[in-house]
Amino acid sequence: MLGNALRILLRMVLTFFVIVTLVFFATRLSGSPLDFVFGEGMSVEDRAIMIRYYQLDRPIWDQYLAFLGAFVDGHFGLSFIERRPVAEMVAERLWPSAQLLISATAATLLVAIPLGIIAAVWRKSWIGSAVMALAFLGYAVPNFVLAVFLVLVFAFWLNWLPVVGNGTPAHFIMPTLTLAAAMIAAIMRFTRNAMLDVLGQDYMRTARAKGLPESAVILKHGLRNAGITILSVVGLQVAALAASGSVVVESIFAWPGIGDLLVNAAIRRDYPVLQFAVLTVALAVILINAAVDLAYAWADPRLRHSSRT
Amino acid sequence: MTTVPTVTPPWLHSLWSEAHWVQKTALVLGLTLTVAAVLAPAIAPFEPNAQSLIARLRPPLGFESASAGHLLGTDELGRDLLARCLHGLRLTLTLAVLGASLGLLIGGILGVLAGVAGGRTDAVITAAVDTQIAVPFTLVALFMLSVFGTSMVVMVLVLGFAGWEQYARILRGEVKRLMQLPFIEAARAAGASPWRIARVHVLPNVVSPVVVQFTLSLSNIILLESTLSFLGLGVQPPTATLGAMVGVGRDYMPTAPWIVLAPALLILAVTFSVQILGDWLRDRADVRLRVR
Repeated sequence: MLGNALRILLRMVLTFFVIVTLVFFATRLSGSPLDFVFGEGMSVEDRAIMIRYYQLDRPIWDQYLAFLGAFVDGHFGLSFIERRPVAEMVAERLWPSAQLLISATAATLLVAIPLGIIAAVWRKSWIGSAVMALAFLGYAVPNFVLAVFLVLVFAFWLNWLPVVGNGTPAHFIMPTLTLAAAMIAAIMRFTRNAMLDVLGQDYMRTARAKGLPESAVILKHGLRNAGITILSVVGLQVAALAASGSVVVESIFAWPGIGDLLVNAAIRRDYPVLQFAVLTVALAVILINAAVDLAYAWADPRLRHSSRT
Repeated sequence: MTTVPTVTPPWLHSLWSEAHWVQKTALVLGLTLTVAAVLAPAIAPFEPNAQSLIARLRPPLGFESASAGHLLGTDELGRDLLARCLHGLRLTLTLAVLGASLGLLIGGILGVLAGVAGGRTDAVITAAVDTQIAVPFTLVALFMLSVFGTSMVVMVLVLGFAGWEQYARILRGEVKRLMQLPFIEAARAAGASPWRIARVHVLPNVVSPVVVQFTLSLSNIILLESTLSFLGLGVQPPTATLGAMVGVGRDYMPTAPWIVLAPALLILAVTFSVQILGDWLRDRADVRLRVR
């Protein structure tokens, strides 16, 4: 168990290090970023000052070491445009993103797992087909198209919901729906398949033979056993889909989160912000993946006991 | 639909008759969209970038104050929406096919290399695949487009880079599996060179999973390209893909919703038919599923 945890931790650190290195060298590949940001309007002296400030005159290996050093002293630099520490800019965006992520994940679990079970239990009837058609829709409709339709209907035609910002609970409805749609589709399909695998097992027949009510058979014997596999996918899917989904959703609904920051930084070529935000999100994804791996190892009795011996 | 012409080969006939109505719809829709995209320059009623200041923001035909000749209406610069949609569809599909092909090329070479060479080469390529899977690609794409600028070439590179790891993973596994089989061993014993083994014995056996993956990745790539274009990081104006049209059009949603609706519905049609056809192909290629 401990050795397993250590291996997961080591792989996590290694992956993050590779990403940090790639991000650093990719930014340097494109020449001086100052040319894009400041353009023609800068005098020679100002330019020299900026170059010295951002240490762009030093050899690339020194810059790389300084970049790695930031992880020790916490000086990740200033935004080209807002002239504020990037760590501060990203930090104030974390909570709104987390709020949206939590509400979308909660919505996903509440909707996807019951529907997945329904689709598995009634797979031969129209109920199962209807649920699967819904899952397909969630898969095939791009989230920005869904967002556009939602905004048109609920904000402009019916005038029920606000579009911009995160002020009130009503502001959460459309972003949550948009972000959750793809996750619901993915988890629903997966829950169905995991349940179908379990429903054919011998112990399910035994449970029925004991005379247990069907609901207890499905929920207690079925879902508990399918739960471990569902858990692992929920974690991985949530991390990946949420990271790419929140970029789009936050940008559409002007949600003051890290995805919105990322898109703006990318469009304005604010490299220090872009770098730091990409690394933050990458770290979050890696952490979630590692947590899922650990939880998986812990939740599966076979893995938990086998490594103790 | 009941009268299938006798000139069709029998396998096509059976393919069509065993298809679900959803699959038939997807097939017809997909073919129509492809033909429309290919013929876009010929059938578009206007130049896609021709502006007309007196015919700005006109609704589709049939609505009040519609402008004659503009079937789907006009956008904020008075450009014909139908013409822009057709050209946008053409560009979207072109970028997707180019991106998926590039991904196939990169991933195919690396995957076969990993499978054939093994050892350290295999370890490095597998590690690269794992890293790529661990990082959400939208982040990578945002990053690449910001650093290298938003040209057509960069876009194709980004899209190609988006799917390579799937091909690499699949091909590595398939090649590794095949290399164990007796007929490869026989070929090796008969003195065939590694190149000949790869070309004559391995490649024909991996065509089917690769074709399936190509179709499945096509819909992911279309989604990725539309999303990036929607965010304003795609091909630059006045040239537009469908995603970019939705992105620009959302500023006019309250007053001129058709600017957004036309390309958005078109994107839906494209992703719908590509997804259904991809799933269909996958089910047919999977022998275990076909027997059932």
